[in-house]
Amino acid sequence: MKEDKDTIATKDFDPERRVILKGTVATALAIAFGSLPRKVVASYKAQDHWYGFVVDLTKCIGCGACVRACKAENDVPDGFFRTWVERYTFLKDGKVIVDSPDGGLNGFQDNLNIPKSVIAKTYFVPKLCNHCATAPCVQVCPVGATFVSQDGVVLVDKKHCIGCGYCIQACPYGSRFLSPHGYADKCTLCYHRIRKGDKPACVLVCPVGARLFGDLKDKESNINKVLAATRHGVLKPELGTTPKCFYIGLDQEVR
Amino acid sequence: MFEFETNGFVFPNELHVHWTVMIVLYPYITGLVAGAFIVSSLYHLFGKEELRSIARFALVASFVFLLFAPLPLLMHLGMPSRAFNIMITPHPTSAMAGFGVVYLTYLVIVALEVWFSMREDIVQNALEGGRVKKALFRLLAFGDLRVDEQTRAFDHKVVRVLAGIGIPVACFLHGYVGFLFGSIKANPWWSTPLMFIIFLLSAIVSGISVLLFLFYLISWLRKAPYEEGVMRTLAGYLWGFLIIAVALEIMEVLSIAYEQMPEWEVLSFLIWHKLFFSYIIVQNVVGSFIPLILLALVNLTNLKPRIAHLFVFVSSVLVLIQVLAMRWNVVIGGQLLSKSFRGFTSYFPGLFEKEGLITAFVIFTLPFLILRWIDKRISLFPLDCPIGQARR
Repeated sequence: MKEDKDTIATKDFDPERRVILKGTVATALAIAFGSLPRKVVASYKAQDHWYGFVVDLTKCIGCGACVRACKAENDVPDGFFRTWVERYTFLKDGKVIVDSPDGGLNGFQDNLNIPKSVIAKTYFVPKLCNHCATAPCVQVCPVGATFVSQDGVVLVDKKHCIGCGYCIQACPYGSRFLSPHGYADKCTLCYHRIRKGDKPACVLVCPVGARLFGDLKDKESNINKVLAATRHGVLKPELGTTPKCFYIGLDQEVR
Repeated sequence: MFEFETNGFVFPNELHVHWTVMIVLYPYITGLVAGAFIVSSLYHLFGKEELRSIARFALVASFVFLLFAPLPLLMHLGMPSRAFNIMITPHPTSAMAGFGVVYLTYLVIVALEVWFSMREDIVQNALEGGRVKKALFRLLAFGDLRVDEQTRAFDHKVVRVLAGIGIPVACFLHGYVGFLFGSIKANPWWSTPLMFIIFLLSAIVSGISVLLFLFYLISWLRKAPYEEGVMRTLAGYLWGFLIIAVALEIMEVLSIAYEQMPEWEVLSFLIWHKLFFSYIIVQNVVGSFIPLILLALVNLTNLKPRIAHLFVFVSSVLVLIQVLAMRWNVVIGGQLLSKSFRGFTSYFPGLFEKEGLITAFVIFTLPFLILRWIDKRISLFPLDCPIGQARR
């Protein structure tokens, strides 16, 4: 029997096959090691962070790259938005026109057929979940499927959500939607990325740096420095939701 | 400043109305539960003898409506297979999580009250008829077929106690449904501490109305004379509660308008344009104003019984429509309004969709069919009253 096996092994030896075998082993090892938690993840302590977001309205050019990146990164279903961009057009007669065609997914191509001469000013406002510290959506969830994580991100456990839609009603910012799969969905600040030390997709792709993500607990973080140096506001502060998404150059017309 | 003519701007996620006609139906049915229970308690607890002939019908109707109340909710859930999470893992800060506790408590109370008030009939059924029927009713009577003065007194006492406990729980059940909406600070059309009182009062008027409507319908079908005592008593209560309900509903809106709150600009557009038909015409003119006049005439003047019956019947139908319109205006109206306060979305249910009109119609009709089915087996009206005597 033993002899037989050896004979067969020698007989069937094929140098090309060895190369393939080697390659497979190498790839398997690479995948195995690659998928091991990186050092930064292994030492990650959620309670050491408290994430916030800064949108600089003076910088946004309304290109919609953030909306597209978010959709691609998070597989956001058509017709729904984890982030979107609004355009505010102020006419000289005092009228304010707000629009967000397809959530700004393709930027803002048309000019609403408004002659330039009657326009006083325009600006863009990127929107996303405000990751409120006292989030009303979290308060009303009847089963506790949505929660503020220890590092300050409002998340949904899609395996526990019953899809009642109460959180959608409770969110003052229209940041949530019921996914076609039946559960509530929303911006996670790309939680799968930030846990590894990466930036959220929308922040990464913004060509003008209008979106900043960082740790509010870290005194030296980028957003703490920016917040210390600028005048900023949050959306609907009167509702007591304590948003952690701050807007530089916020206008009273933005809600 | 605002451009509502083209329906303005809504946040891109707000184009879909998430709470559909199913969520209109839920508070409507729950309201009938609470209202019917309160009518039955007027007899069982407060000794309103005039209501003897419909007291038990009211109680059983309340029970049957209660059984069907969660059905529209279940139809609405995105993940209906996880519905029980609300009972297993209730989230203490959520008003909605109270559903399991409040609903089950009330269900147990009403089920017990129905059983005790029907025990004698159950026993009677267990003693006569075919073997299967006998066995079934014996099971339903838990094997105890004793009926004498002592058991009657005991049953009566238990029903009284349960009615006493049931009233605050019924108020809580419906007040809680109002609170579900009233506590949503993000929505200016919902957010008011008055909401739960408004819901409670509209529940009571809808409950009285559905009983009056069925009382007339059944009497007419059975060719029984319309009992004047029932009409006079319920017309009095309906009028009184309707005055308070309508006053609160209107004062709520008037105070926002008078205070010139920033949200008034969008809310007035909502009322005068988006909800003009269902709010101004149906809820306030047809459903509130006309019944208030008719009921005032019945209660304050010496109308001939025939005319009074007609006025009360018409009022009961109109109030039923009023309350349905009110639920629609609250639930759907609140979602038409964008949280950007710059525009409105639109909604009307389709006929055949999962949460459509046919589903709503079937869910709403089922309790009435069940009531008829029960009445065929055990009379829901005392046999010495005209409506019970005429039973076929």
